[in-house]
Amino acid sequence: MSRPRNYRAQAVVIKQIKLGEFDKLLTLYTSEFGKLKAVAKGACRPGSKLGGNVEPLTHSSLSLARGRNLDIITQSQIINGFPELKADLWTLSCSLYILELVDLFTMENSANPALFELLLGTLHRLTEMTSKEITLRYFELHLLDCSGYHPQLQKCVRCTSPLKSITNFFSPRQGGVLCPLCAEKEFKAHPLSVTALKTLRLWESCDYATAKRVNLRPALSSELAQVLQDYIKYLLQREVKSIGWLEELKKSSVDNHYRTH
Amino acid sequence: MSFFIEPVARLVREFGKLPGIGPKSAQRLTYYLLRETDEEARALAEAILSLKKEIGLCSICFNVTDHDPCSICQSKERNHATICVVEKPSDIAPLERTGKYKGLYHVLHGTINPAQGITTENLRIKELLARLQDSSIEEVIIAINPNMEGETTALYLQHIIAPLNIRVTHLARGLPFGAELEYADDMTLNQAIEGRQEFK
Repeated sequence: MSRPRNYRAQAVVIKQIKLGEFDKLLTLYTSEFGKLKAVAKGACRPGSKLGGNVEPLTHSSLSLARGRNLDIITQSQIINGFPELKADLWTLSCSLYILELVDLFTMENSANPALFELLLGTLHRLTEMTSKEITLRYFELHLLDCSGYHPQLQKCVRCTSPLKSITNFFSPRQGGVLCPLCAEKEFKAHPLSVTALKTLRLWESCDYATAKRVNLRPALSSELAQVLQDYIKYLLQREVKSIGWLEELKKSSVDNHYRTH
Repeated sequence: MSFFIEPVARLVREFGKLPGIGPKSAQRLTYYLLRETDEEARALAEAILSLKKEIGLCSICFNVTDHDPCSICQSKERNHATICVVEKPSDIAPLERTGKYKGLYHVLHGTINPAQGITTENLRIKELLARLQDSSIEEVIIAINPNMEGETTALYLQHIIAPLNIRVTHLARGLPFGAELEYADDMTLNQAIEGRQEFK
């Protein structure tokens, strides 16, 4: 969808870099136009009226003007600044991971309202005082769905035979679950426990309220994280850098408080 | 570039690498130097060379300095019980200009940015922790820019310093002097209301 000369959009700021002395180049995810880049002129000056409205992790209503190369933000109004997300290190780091994934999985100028809803919903869910792990896994699975990489979880992705209630295998290359027989012929397939498969099947079809009722024990939690993140890494053909940071924080036990909830 | 003879083209290229200098400005600077006396040009060249040759990082606070430890770390008049943590060396000058702060500094040389792979390993955080083992340190003031990366860094520092029983504070947030309420952004106003103060 091409953009008019002057337009309005609801956006979540997903990235910012400094541009010149006082400007910022923002990466926005909008519901109307998908991902787009825009300049916030003078945003680094103290007392700039854009300043705090265009920080990453803010949901704002923006007025933009189409420029020759980059669009320019003319006005902004915060809808939700998510102060709760910015007050805790673990929550903030989880949110930054979400933003990085959205940035990596999307192309500019291709609208995907479902993904925008998922992003906004996930940011709201992260403000809840519950385990962040389910929120992150649920987001990863549905991000894959929104981007057209929904993994095949119902039958063997190779021989299409129904899966038995035994340990099956997940192949990032095939984009789904393999039965043990087909897994032998596949170069890289990770074992997938029955509980993990059941959890993924539940999450792919249910809403978040149901999803968060799953009792995610540490072993299951790390198995699901491994499967989904391996698949994501295979699709992107690169590391998601925020994962390294989340791992580092886990080691220094920043997330302990939330794991016990 | 083929319009220029090589020595001119070379200087234009070098000036063009500086921040905020476009090709036109680079040409103007080059031709300005061409008209100047030899001494002027030599003074500029020597200033640039000595910048890299004589300046290093202070082994205590990692500020840029021409002698190690730097004058602030060596000073007997300064309060050695407070350390103000800043992102980059250029952040120290404005704080010094206020004349209000008499403690020491620590320069991190960046902020945590997970998406770009900048984590604690790339910053001078280990060195800060080593300094904090000294029991005479009473307070750490976090003076990092209040943006997303700055906030992540500040929260991380607070998390690792708090167990050491050292007071951790950050600079006040709110309306800058000369700002107009009508145009202030919501985040700033929120913080200004939360952090309101009695008249002194």
